[in-house]
Amino acid sequence: MSAIDTIAWFVYLLAAVLFVAGLHEMNSPKTARLGNRISAFGMVLAVVMAFISLFAKGFVSTTAVIVLVVGILIGAAAGVISAKKVKMTDMPQLVSVFNTVGGGAAALVALNDILTSTEGPGNTVLVTAGLGIIIGSVTFSGSLIAAGKLQGIIPGKPMVLPAQAVWNNLVILCVLVSFVMLIIDHSHTVLWALLATLFALGYGLLFVFPIGGADMPVVISVLNACTGTAVAMSGFAIDNVALIVAGALVGAAGVTLSVLMAKAMNRPLSSVLSGGFGGDNAAVGAAGDGPDGIMRETAPDDVAVQLVYADKVIFVPGFGLAQAQAQRSLADLGELLKEHGVQVSYAIHPVAGRMPGHMNVLLAEANIPYEELVDLDDINPQFSSANVALVVGANDVTNPAARRPGTPVSGMPILDVDQAQNVVVIKRGRGKGYAGIDNELYYGDNTQMLFGDAKAELTAIIAAVKELID
Amino acid sequence: MNSLVVAITLFVLALLIGVEVIGKVPATLHTPLMSGANSIHGIVIVGVVIGAASADSVLGYVLIFLAAVLGTMNVVGGYVVTDRMLEMFKSSTPKKSEARATIATKEKTK
Repeated sequence: MSAIDTIAWFVYLLAAVLFVAGLHEMNSPKTARLGNRISAFGMVLAVVMAFISLFAKGFVSTTAVIVLVVGILIGAAAGVISAKKVKMTDMPQLVSVFNTVGGGAAALVALNDILTSTEGPGNTVLVTAGLGIIIGSVTFSGSLIAAGKLQGIIPGKPMVLPAQAVWNNLVILCVLVSFVMLIIDHSHTVLWALLATLFALGYGLLFVFPIGGADMPVVISVLNACTGTAVAMSGFAIDNVALIVAGALVGAAGVTLSVLMAKAMNRPLSSVLSGGFGGDNAAVGAAGDGPDGIMRETAPDDVAVQLVYADKVIFVPGFGLAQAQAQRSLADLGELLKEHGVQVSYAIHPVAGRMPGHMNVLLAEANIPYEELVDLDDINPQFSSANVALVVGANDVTNPAARRPGTPVSGMPILDVDQAQNVVVIKRGRGKGYAGIDNELYYGDNTQMLFGDAKAELTAIIAAVKELID
Repeated sequence: MNSLVVAITLFVLALLIGVEVIGKVPATLHTPLMSGANSIHGIVIVGVVIGAASADSVLGYVLIFLAAVLGTMNVVGGYVVTDRMLEMFKSSTPKKSEARATIATKEKTK
């Protein structure tokens, strides 16, 4: 190892340490921002070191360096613009796009390594770079489709090909064959590498298209883990400690979050990933277990009276709240009630929103202190002592049908909203949730429905509350 | 001991550290965590810079260019958006949530 390589090794190691330290600081909202900056600092160190190595050790072609710098400038501009402009409701799409570009970059690095290895790449490089190409390409196309589904460009419904399993197996076989040929057929390395890329891209499409929009949060987590793994594989191929450690960290984060999400939906990860869930009400209707009873409607004034005379109110926000851009209205109502001496808390289901922890970010944006956001396990025992549970734009996560077997939501942990003394549901229309079934909560004896736009209804409630207090 | 063995050892140990550290992150921060982890895989840009040293064909230039654009977008965008999100997380202690605190005091004086 030359002197510069030794220095570089330690700088990359330092960067890896800073990544771990940064992630560690994320264990509390107080220190999380600092943690992210520590991690970013590590990244700057690693990139600067890479450039120092590049110039100290020399390069084959000046064109390559110019192309590199121009690419970095364009990428940085695109990154800053997308990060500054994105709406918080669209975070899952952005994360998915970053998975796309990260996976793509990892595949390209691996491909480039195979292409430029002097006197033919060795077996280690072929195996690890091959894996980097395959995993990176699957992530690239899969994340692109996931982002499209979340953005609504591609229908969120599961899209299953006729004989999907046959296609899956066929493409997986093609990927495997090109991978094996890449390793054994040294005369056509580039051809096999390109074929592996192509088939892996195809598999990414086959993988994500059949999965319903409701399961996209889990898919994003899984693809995040894949990107990490792809980066680590590319790190093996070019023998770089920073890529290996960072890739492993991201892989661990992705796997941990995927398992947590799947647990929150009480479905094995394998069932989520095999697809087909959501948007299929035909089977349920045929089974004839639609809820009996009628929905009772109420008016904003009545809701205001209930809220003002309550001791304890629990808000149950769902993604519908964010779609109506009513987070701030809900925050204002909460603030108003607290001033009046009502105990207010927010019940956050693990899959509220479109990715893990999404609702927390959306409510943080509306200036709601994070202490008032309560997790499922902590809030559920409190519903029975709450006078009013106000559900805004949440559906499937409140459906008591989940408690008995035989429905699409069965077994999913739910918020025990129906245990509250009174339940008020603000809902845009009579439509069904993501799972595509009726919500039995709406037919409960203690439930009142307020149909309308969440923002308009909340504003009306706030006005009525103000009148009552003054 | 060859370098691949060392590399795999590092990989496994880093994986264990990752699981350990990430398991301690509270649910409320899972979105910033995911986006933060996302920016970390932007480290692939280091691989792009190293790869640029040996690229000398048109295909190589194209690969380097695309990888540089994608990798940098990943790393820069990831850190910026994570910072933007974490900035919004505020505690109910008065000095941290200025906006809400002023509203609160206004209404108290009423």
